[in-house]
Amino acid sequence: MTNEEIKTYITAHASEATFDETGEWLTILIESNHLKSLAAVLRGQPMQLDFLFCLTCVDFKTHLTMVYHLTSSSNRNINIVLKANVNSADPIIETVSDLWRTAEFLEREVFEMFGVDFLHHPDLRRLILEEDFKGFPLRKDFDDPINMIKL
Amino acid sequence: MLSLESITKTIQDWLLTKFSPQIALTLECVIVILLAITLFAMLGLVLVLLERKVAARIQIRLGPNRVGPGGIFQTAADTLKLIMKEGLTPDSADKFLFNLAPFVVMMVAMLLLAPIAFAKNFQIWDINIGVLYISSVSSLSVIGILMAGWASNNKYSLLGAMRSGAQIVSYELSAGFAVLTIVVLTGSLQISEIVAAQENGWWLFKGHIPVIIAFVLYIIAVTAETNRAPFDLAEAESELTAGFHTEYSGMKFALFFLAEYINIFIVCAIGATLFLGGWMPLHIGHWESFNHIMDYIPSSIWFMGKTFFLIFVIMWFRWTFPRLRVDQLLNLEWKYLLPISLFNLLLVTVIAIMGWYF
Amino acid sequence: MYTETEIIKDNTDLGPDGELVVNMGPQHPATHGVLHLVVTLNGETIKKIEPHLGYIHRSIEKMCESLTYRQFIYVTSRMDYLSSHINNTACALLVEKGMQIEVPERAKVVRTILNELTRIASHELWIGAMAMDLGAFTPFFYAFREREMITDIMEDTCGARLTMNYIVPGGLMYDIHPDFQTKVKAFVKQFKEKVTEYEDLVTGNVIFQSRTKGVGVLTAEDAISYGCTGPVARASGVRCDIRKIDPYDAYDRVEFDEVIETAGDSFARYMVRVKEMNQSIRIIEQLIDQIPEGDFVGKTKNVLKLAKGEFYQRVETARGELGVYIVSEGATTPHRIKFRSPGFSNLSVLDHIAKGSKIGDLMATMGTLDLVIPDIDR
Repeated sequence: MTNEEIKTYITAHASEATFDETGEWLTILIESNHLKSLAAVLRGQPMQLDFLFCLTCVDFKTHLTMVYHLTSSSNRNINIVLKANVNSADPIIETVSDLWRTAEFLEREVFEMFGVDFLHHPDLRRLILEEDFKGFPLRKDFDDPINMIKL
Repeated sequence: MLSLESITKTIQDWLLTKFSPQIALTLECVIVILLAITLFAMLGLVLVLLERKVAARIQIRLGPNRVGPGGIFQTAADTLKLIMKEGLTPDSADKFLFNLAPFVVMMVAMLLLAPIAFAKNFQIWDINIGVLYISSVSSLSVIGILMAGWASNNKYSLLGAMRSGAQIVSYELSAGFAVLTIVVLTGSLQISEIVAAQENGWWLFKGHIPVIIAFVLYIIAVTAETNRAPFDLAEAESELTAGFHTEYSGMKFALFFLAEYINIFIVCAIGATLFLGGWMPLHIGHWESFNHIMDYIPSSIWFMGKTFFLIFVIMWFRWTFPRLRVDQLLNLEWKYLLPISLFNLLLVTVIAIMGWYF
Repeated sequence: MYTETEIIKDNTDLGPDGELVVNMGPQHPATHGVLHLVVTLNGETIKKIEPHLGYIHRSIEKMCESLTYRQFIYVTSRMDYLSSHINNTACALLVEKGMQIEVPERAKVVRTILNELTRIASHELWIGAMAMDLGAFTPFFYAFREREMITDIMEDTCGARLTMNYIVPGGLMYDIHPDFQTKVKAFVKQFKEKVTEYEDLVTGNVIFQSRTKGVGVLTAEDAISYGCTGPVARASGVRCDIRKIDPYDAYDRVEFDEVIETAGDSFARYMVRVKEMNQSIRIIEQLIDQIPEGDFVGKTKNVLKLAKGEFYQRVETARGELGVYIVSEGATTPHRIKFRSPGFSNLSVLDHIAKGSKIGDLMATMGTLDLVIPDIDR
């Protein structure tokens, strides 16, 4: 599949998706409430993007962006970056852990590091931080006057 | 020639001339106890050093080589360290049982020493049911291990103790049947008679196939009974940190450690007595001149040589094999070793009745 | 915070249905680091495994946000400390990609050789550590005999034995040691002779085979779904070698096979790693006489600045696919950096494949997943 074909296929299923081709791989930007349905489309036939190799979140100060790197295990040349913006104050997004099991742990990491709430996640608990830790360390506004070294 | 037999005889005669028979017996007991304890300490030191040297040799390294020439005082230094360490008792442990357990394990090992014939006519107690005594007393060691595991109030200890219980109880059967093979052939339970029966050749050679099978079974079973690798599931340091003795420290740990090595020595000594003729020199049928030459080697050296050979074999196992899993361990015993032992016992009975041995 | 009595109570507590709950780690001989597994047991059978991470979390991703593109590479050596060269390569490649720096051929070839040496060293250590988990001590020393030669080569050329920090954006920090080629050749010769020794000791052993065959079976579907990469996924028959999919450095000009096993059990994972070492030797043999003359580092600016945008670079470490994802705002430091570490995904599959097996099987499974805890925690 070429990028153009992918674009037409995705537009047919999710008309509100926008594309960005400036990077190395095709980037799809979607609103957070439509993310789950688009992810299911990408996971299913004929795209078969069954390998979620990176899931993370980026803090752009004004908003948070969830980033999903997808590829297909049968054709590793197709790489797609899926992005969804969520607001910083009350970040909520649908989980993708039922589509890709690896997302279960990765979302738990994002949950404690960025405070993003994943709806319908099977086991949304802290994985790395202590239970009584305050704040979300990977956000830009996180400040730890004792342990952080500022350069 | 100055043999151990004549020394004991001289001491006894001297005691009897000086004291009444009761006091002489008491004094003899004291001497024996002191000698046994000394032997224990010496064996502990020697076997631990031997283990470390054997391990080092197998693992292409040098082993202990700093304390004393060739590192021979290494274990003495280690013991000193262990004595100086604090013997911790966990808060939530059952304190009485926790402190009793190492002594139970140690006492069992000491009791087993009694019927072993170290040299010609050099034996603490030549009881007429020697073999039965050994198999019954050796099964007591599981109590000490279960006690340690339970009283520690630690999950790893408990798991280790449970494993050890299942393991020792199972493998005792095979060891017992292997020992019975020799009892059937000799027709006696007395150690001195079993040794005497091997004057014209060791049972391993005289009893051919069934005894060789029994010998192999015995070695496997006692490796398991003494909780040695590849059957060291009770300790299994990669799974249960240290198994039943996780919570022990200092001298209490040292007693467990020592008991393990004493147990190895004892099972190997029994194996050497039953299958390899004990202190009996290597005698081959009617080769009179050959047998005569062999008699010049002192009997204690024969005994120790055979025992240490078996100890070396068991150490060799430890540093070569990975550990079995607990279900595989029990499968091996109940599905393979036990049926083979039962069949082997039948076979040896037939052979003994028909006289088909040398 | 817990009070003292609560801790004691917690220690003797049982699970909801009266199961035994055992804390394996953070200090446990088989976790090889500070991994904390809460294992729920029914007798010897495992009902549930719950990993608790964070005991060695240094927040490398946050640290990198305040380090420049020259500095942040050195922190990555401390992630997967057994593949530190490969981690450094990933970061260097990303910066080179972002700034279009031309890397000299000499640097490319040397990097590839060093990466493969690192892979062999890592697998050697793994063989020893895994055999130790299964209760065999001796293979450890045999494996370390060869690993020692590699660390000596690293020490000569890079000045360090574990966290080498030798690869910089644009090439290498300095030129290779004059003895590099002879020493590598000597190593290759000895490795080929001696590798059979510990293979004989481990591979053919009946107890080892019965401990690993059919234990911790991971199907190809699960491997993909859980995001497993590297030898773990390849043992389940998933093709995922980044060196083949997305060749970097000199991997496009060497011949080697992607090792694939299909059984998916612990023994298959073992076999993949053993065969992979031989493939690494093959790669080194092809390159060691072909190191081109010339510069060892390309022309770079003093201050590195990535253009505004997003960059992703993936490499194949000894444990699987390492991804570096950088969001740049055009400054001298990254805005956000994410390391997709192979160990993290490989750990997430542990509960799935070890459930229902015995404690002894957990050691085999965990051992063959080859977890490096600083890589998981970052």
